[in-house]
Amino acid sequence: MSSKSEEVVALLSQKYRHGFVTDIESDSLPPGLDEGVVTAISRKKNEPPFLLDWRLKAFRHWQTMREPTWAHVHYKPIDYQDISYYSAPRAPANAPKSLDEVDPKLLATYAKLGIPLHERARLAGVAVDAVFDSVSVATTFKEKLGKAGVIFCSFSDAVRDHPALIERYLGSVVPPGDNYFAALNSAVFSDGSFVYVPPGVRCPMELSTYFRINAAKTGQFERTLIIAAEGATVSYLEGCTAPMRDENQLHAAVVELVALDDARIKYSTVQNWYPGDENGLGGIYNFVTKRGECRGRNSKISWTQVETGSAITWKYPSCVLRGENSIGEFYSVAVANNYQQADTGTKMIHIGRNTKSTIVSKGISAGHAENTYRGLVKILPSAAGARNFTQCDSLLMGPLCAAHTFPYMEVKNPTATVEHEASTSKIGEDQLFYCLQRGISAEDAVNMIVSGFCKVVFKELPMEFAVEAQNLLSVSLEGAVG
Amino acid sequence: MLKITDLRARVAGRDILKGVNLEVNAGEVHAIMGPNGSGKSTLAQVLAGREDYEITGGSVTFEGRDLLALRAEERARAGLFLGFQYPVEIPGVNNVYLLKAALNAKRKAAGESEVDAYEFLALIKQKMKFMHMSESFLTRGVNEGFSGGEKKRNEVLQMLVLEPKLAILDETDSGLDIDALKVVSNGVNSLRDPQRAVVLVTHYQRLLDYIEPDRVHVLSGGRILKSGDKSLAKELERRGYDWVAGAEVA
Repeated sequence: MSSKSEEVVALLSQKYRHGFVTDIESDSLPPGLDEGVVTAISRKKNEPPFLLDWRLKAFRHWQTMREPTWAHVHYKPIDYQDISYYSAPRAPANAPKSLDEVDPKLLATYAKLGIPLHERARLAGVAVDAVFDSVSVATTFKEKLGKAGVIFCSFSDAVRDHPALIERYLGSVVPPGDNYFAALNSAVFSDGSFVYVPPGVRCPMELSTYFRINAAKTGQFERTLIIAAEGATVSYLEGCTAPMRDENQLHAAVVELVALDDARIKYSTVQNWYPGDENGLGGIYNFVTKRGECRGRNSKISWTQVETGSAITWKYPSCVLRGENSIGEFYSVAVANNYQQADTGTKMIHIGRNTKSTIVSKGISAGHAENTYRGLVKILPSAAGARNFTQCDSLLMGPLCAAHTFPYMEVKNPTATVEHEASTSKIGEDQLFYCLQRGISAEDAVNMIVSGFCKVVFKELPMEFAVEAQNLLSVSLEGAVG
Repeated sequence: MLKITDLRARVAGRDILKGVNLEVNAGEVHAIMGPNGSGKSTLAQVLAGREDYEITGGSVTFEGRDLLALRAEERARAGLFLGFQYPVEIPGVNNVYLLKAALNAKRKAAGESEVDAYEFLALIKQKMKFMHMSESFLTRGVNEGFSGGEKKRNEVLQMLVLEPKLAILDETDSGLDIDALKVVSNGVNSLRDPQRAVVLVTHYQRLLDYIEPDRVHVLSGGRILKSGDKSLAKELERRGYDWVAGAEVA
């Protein structure tokens, strides 16, 4: 037994692979938050007056709110005055117009992350809108998308080039006062991504954004807005990484999706923000509001997430099923190792008739981690014939971790059908020994067993990212055998 | 090939093996018989390297190497195979994937290259046909939703693909109907070879009608009480295990 534990300790001490800092001069605001800071952010970005008003309203509302405490996570109070709310890589005069103009150091950073932009873009046919700290620095495949009429750009560009769309849809799914972190984001968001797919258009490629938090003590508050017009289809992937730092960093993003009649949006996330070290020091606080609205009939929104990072995750990608026959899906793998805490799940709000939702959540806990599934299925009186299926499975590795499940259901229409299945299992000694006896190493065996456990979720990821997700999972759990 | 000398093992504070001696040479098939709780499965698991058992004495060599010093996966790669009494289900992990990983682990340890995917598929299809297994096996999870008989066939299939030097089959015959028993026995017999050895752990003489052993041993109370040729199995069947256990008391 003892040789095994030593091995486990050695493997668990594996360092975070993406922990490096890119040395680029940042154009940052000093720490602190007041109306002046909100106004300064808006000015730096040359925003139209409606947006500044919107930010200020959000900020005033935020000041009246209190940080939520209901989640099953524990952390020291956040000092919101000790955070810098704006950090942009200083570009010579203008922003780069093509990849060639991008700071080579930045590109090297992406290469370290395993996403060489050029190659990735060319080989995989993926358009990458790379957000480095708060400003988008490179956008590829704009032209090809432009031909299809798809708008895919940084949020700032969208504010400048498509203000009418922004004014119409911004905050229409997640109102500025929705919750504490969404209000904060609405006041200080610096950049993010914007997608508009016009009626009847199937987006010709997977859209992908890599987010990365770089400057120390910078909260990242990005804002993503995706609109699929009537009959449009789009698949979007978001991947995240953050360098290693001892302080905790705050990340409070907002993602809004709007699907009109017969539209489909697939939103996939692979999140490996820095989780803190093996003693629980440092790591990202990830407080994110993600919500999609199936506004039109027969529309569909599907969330797939693989969450392996962050010290604290507070995240509930949700669907508001307003349109008749609309469909919401949530497929999730949440991994928590060492001292990570994850409180994640989804909300499915059924408003329209014959709306359907599916929730499949796979939680994996190792080390001292706490992993919580929190989900709400709400069926309003108007949602005749609504159906929900929920499946929550937890896998425990080792004796010190914990898994919790909090499923909430509110059913206000008697014709609705709601099903819930849940299971908790320990990674089986028998399964492990079976693999070892076949000559497979402990590490490979754990990967295999965990991947099998997560298979139904990985299946939902776009092909090229399913492989990446699987690799990420093995790095996160290496040696975490109890 | 395998030499067990005065092997003693305990689990949860209870002595199970109390000095087992056994020598198996290449080319031989040995049967270990004995009543429930005699330590048969413990012996199989200890040889395969399960960590729940504490070795309290004795030694085991496998082809001259100290077997007990090797980890379970190293023993497997060295050519020791255990056919499990209760093969475990691993949901979501494809049968073929596991088997390919196992074969590649073994080949890697032997300094060979990974098996070609097409060659492997051809190989496994051929072995499956031999084991009368349906093609659906290729797409299913490891033992997932298998019947007892299917699980046992799967064990033998894995054995045929991995071609171990020493196969220890722990009650591979239990829960099989007569047709399945024939298929499984054919599988084991096809592996008989002057370079290999097989140890059958079983309750019943029935299996030995199909796989003819060179030696038969009776394990009872954590010790081998009697050894003989295949006629010993027949005699056991007639006189029961009490005959052997009683002989010791007397």
